[in-house]
Amino acid sequence: MRQYAGFGTAAETNQRYQYLLAHGQTGLSIAFDLPTQIGYDSDDPQALGEVGRVGVAISSLADMERVFKGIPLDQVSTSMTINATAPILLALYLVVAKQQGVPWSKLNGTVQNDILKEYSARGTYIFPPTPSLRLVADIVEFCTKEVPGWNTISVGGYHMREAGCTAAQEIAFTLADGIAYVQTCVGRGLAVDSFAPRIAFFFNCHSNFFEEVAKFRAARRLWAHILREKFGAKNERSMVLRFHTQTAGSTLTAQQPDNNIVRTTLEALAAVLGGTQSLHTNGKDEGSVIPTEASALLALRTQQIIAHESGVTAEPDPLGGSYYVESLTDRLEQQARDQLREIDNLGGMLKAIESGYVRQEIYRAASKHQQAVEAGKKIIVGVNEYVSDQPLKAKPQPVDPRLEPRRYRELAALRKKRNASKVQQCLATLEKAANSSENLMPILMDCVRSHVTLGEICRVLRSVFGEHQPSHSV
Amino acid sequence: MKSKRPLKILIAKAGLDGHERGALVVAMGLREAGLEVVYTGIRNTPEQIVASAMQEKVDAIGLSSLSGGHMAQFRRVMEVLKQEQVKGVLVFAGGIIPDEDVKKLQKLGIQAVFGPGSSIASILTFLRQRLR
Repeated sequence: MRQYAGFGTAAETNQRYQYLLAHGQTGLSIAFDLPTQIGYDSDDPQALGEVGRVGVAISSLADMERVFKGIPLDQVSTSMTINATAPILLALYLVVAKQQGVPWSKLNGTVQNDILKEYSARGTYIFPPTPSLRLVADIVEFCTKEVPGWNTISVGGYHMREAGCTAAQEIAFTLADGIAYVQTCVGRGLAVDSFAPRIAFFFNCHSNFFEEVAKFRAARRLWAHILREKFGAKNERSMVLRFHTQTAGSTLTAQQPDNNIVRTTLEALAAVLGGTQSLHTNGKDEGSVIPTEASALLALRTQQIIAHESGVTAEPDPLGGSYYVESLTDRLEQQARDQLREIDNLGGMLKAIESGYVRQEIYRAASKHQQAVEAGKKIIVGVNEYVSDQPLKAKPQPVDPRLEPRRYRELAALRKKRNASKVQQCLATLEKAANSSENLMPILMDCVRSHVTLGEICRVLRSVFGEHQPSHSV
Repeated sequence: MKSKRPLKILIAKAGLDGHERGALVVAMGLREAGLEVVYTGIRNTPEQIVASAMQEKVDAIGLSSLSGGHMAQFRRVMEVLKQEQVKGVLVFAGGIIPDEDVKKLQKLGIQAVFGPGSSIASILTFLRQRLR
C-alpha cells in the first residue's frame, strides 16, 4: 500500500507523511512540483505559477531536510516520482540519510528514474535522450555498489496508458524502455544480474477488468523471456517483473465523482488479481485535484478492505488456468511482441522515440477512444450516458498565494548565507565531470551538501548536454 | 460572411505542465473536422504562444492547462495579446479549471472553458458559431 502524496511545502508534506504513517501506510511516496521535476528552483521565472502545485517544491538541501524531519529513513521505504532530476533528488536523500546517521545499506526505496517515457507521454524531460540515458545509468551503477536496497529504475507504462495507448501497447512500450535501460547499463560494463533485480515496473490499471489482469500476466512472461534470451540473465530475480500499480486517473470523471470510488475499487481488484506488488488507489477527486485528506484516506481504506476482508490475496495467481484469462494473456503477449518487433525494425526504442513513432501511436489511440465515446460506442457512466444534471464541482486544494513569495525569500536567504566560493567550485567540478564520462552521483552529493541548488546544477547540465527539442507533429 | 478558407486554430500548452492528451485529442479532432490546426507542444511561454498565433495568423487560440497554473499563465497570454495589439483572435481554454476560475478567466476575455468530458463536437459548434 503506497499512496502518492506531496504538497506545496516541505513542512506540509512532512505532516501528511506523519499522518499516513500513523494510519498504517507502509511506504512513502513523494510527488514533486513541476519546477523541481524540470530542474528549476522555485524562484526561477520559468516556475511562475507552478510552485507547489502538483507536489512539493525542493530546491535545496534545507527543503529535503524539512520533508523528512522526524522520519527515520531506515524505517520507511520512499518512492520518489522523479526522472530528469532523479540524480539530484537521490543525492539529496542520501545526504539526509547520512545526516541522520543511517547507513546507505539500510535504505529502501525507489527513484522513478525512467526518462524515456517522459519523451513519449509525461513531458518532464530536460536533456536529449542520449545524455539522459547516461544519468539513468549513473544512478544504477552508483546504487548497485553503494545503496543495494534501492530500486534504481521504475519503468513506467502508467503515463503512456493515461495518454491513451492500449493495454498491449502499454506492455510493449514499457518493456521497450526497460530493454533500452538494460542495454545502456550492460554497455557500461555492468553484469546484467548485478543490477536487473533492482529494476521495477509501474503499470496502470484501467477499466477493462480481465484485460488488465491478463496484461500483468503477459508482461511478466514477456520480461522473463527478454532477460533470459536477449540479455543472458542467469539469476531468476533478474527475470522477475516486480511492479507497482496505480489505478487509472484517466478513467475518473469530474461528473458524479462518487462513481470514481467504484471504478477505483474494480481497478484495484484487477491489479491485485494480476499480482501487483504494491498499489496506489486514486482518490475519488484525483481526476481533477490533489486529493483531500478524507478522499486519500478512503482510497487507502479501499486497499485495506481488498487486502484483509475480500480474501483475494490468498493465492498469487488466482485466475491462472481460466480459459478466458489464459487466452487473453496469450493474445496480449502476441500483440506486445508484434509491437516490439515494429520498434526493433525502427532501430530500437531510442530511435522510435526520436522519430515521434511512439507519440504517434499513443495519440492515435487516444483520438480513437475519444471518437468512440462521442459516437456513444463506449459508455462512460455520468459523462455520455446516465447523465445527471448536477453542476460540476471541482474544489481544488488552494495553493497558498504567499507560497511563491515565501520561497523567493527562503532561497534568497540561502544564497546569501552559503559559502559562495565553495558553490562556484562545486559547479566547476560538476561541469568538468559532465563533460567526461565520470559517474556524477558523488559530485552531485558534494554540490547539494554545499547548498548548491537544483536549478543551479541543472543550469550547468543544460549548458553541457543541451535541451531536448521535441517534434510536435502528431 | 462565409469564406472558403478553413478556420485556423492554435492549440497551445502554457507553463510546465506536460499533460498533452487533452490538447492533442482536441487538435486531432478539429483537424479531422476540416479545420487547420497548429499545435505548439508543451512548455510554451505566453510570449511564445502569442508570437506563434501572430505568425500563423490564426482565428482562435485554445489554451490547455492541467497543473493548476492556468490563472497566472492565461492571464499573461491575454496581457501579451493586448500588448501586441492582436485583435479579433478568439481565445478559449480547456483542462482542469475550477468553476470559480472560469468566471475570472471569462472576465479576462477568454470566451469559453471546456472542462473534463467535453466533446470535440461542442468545441466545433462553439468555434463555428463564434468565428463565422
